[in-house]
Amino acid sequence: MTQNFDIPEIRTPENLVYKKTSVLTDNVLHYCPGCGHGTTHRLIAEVIEEMGIQSEVIGVAPVGCSVLAYNYFDIDMQEAAHGRAPALATAIKRVYPEKFVFTYQGDGDLAAIGTNETLHACNRGENITIIFINNAIYGMTGGQMAPTTLPGMLTSTSPYGRDVQMMGNPLKITELLALLPGTYYVTRQAVHTAALVRRAKKAIRMAFENQKLNRGVSFVEVVSNCNSGWKLTPLQANKWLEENMLPFYPLGDLKVNGELVKKSE
Amino acid sequence: MAKVQGDVVIDIEHCKGCELCNAACPLDVLAMSAEVNSKGYHYAIKVNGSCNGCSNCAIVCPDGVITVYRAKV
Repeated sequence: MTQNFDIPEIRTPENLVYKKTSVLTDNVLHYCPGCGHGTTHRLIAEVIEEMGIQSEVIGVAPVGCSVLAYNYFDIDMQEAAHGRAPALATAIKRVYPEKFVFTYQGDGDLAAIGTNETLHACNRGENITIIFINNAIYGMTGGQMAPTTLPGMLTSTSPYGRDVQMMGNPLKITELLALLPGTYYVTRQAVHTAALVRRAKKAIRMAFENQKLNRGVSFVEVVSNCNSGWKLTPLQANKWLEENMLPFYPLGDLKVNGELVKKSE
Repeated sequence: MAKVQGDVVIDIEHCKGCELCNAACPLDVLAMSAEVNSKGYHYAIKVNGSCNGCSNCAIVCPDGVITVYRAKV
């Protein structure tokens, strides 16, 4: 018999510090235990709730693990063909310029099949927000090598590690997009610790606020884990992420208010 | 100094047992249960009463199953 440590007398509405936002539906997320998608969904929903724009925001769901994202957000959402979310978001934003339009894409969607759409939407400077989840792998289809897979990283289609001589170099698409004139805010965040989640939320808030300015694309990359694809437990996957992903994909702002952030090193 | 007492409520049926809350808790309030929920996951439980309501566990939870309360006592 486990001991009960509940303190029911402090469970009152005025003592409430944190509760799952009502912008997310009660559906159980289909993501694997410990997946960063769930955390990122929650951050976007919290930002929508804080800004009070639940009825004015339109999301575009991608193809990939987050293909069912529209089941979890209690907002208007549209499903895009594989990789075409930025093109669809462009159309939606041009028809409804007063709405907040965002796309939510993984690395297989945004950096592989949708590179063309992403680059051109960012180069045209569409006034949209792009949330990019980078876990360096094709998670949904069984952990195949993605353009963002690290050199030497084991995946189901690179079982001896990614050999850059044969398989090419990983694509740092966020750095690439920061150089385009159409992007206004480009940042890279992570969500595997509490401090980083708080920082990522500020970045996502800024990315949505920027749509009021009509200055171009706001792009937030979230470096995430894929514990199923990496064949690790959630805690091991987060440790692996810190040791391997973050040196290759360093966190921080790359472009703020249309100006490239100069690295001090 | 006023003492702060926190409490967390865990939606055990939605918990997937990823243990991220467990790792994020600075006071080691949370652990995984020996029992499983209806999906077969070992859910998070409280193992002591020292919670201060920092809500680190709740904000790293991918499934948003944790509700946090905090009161001055």
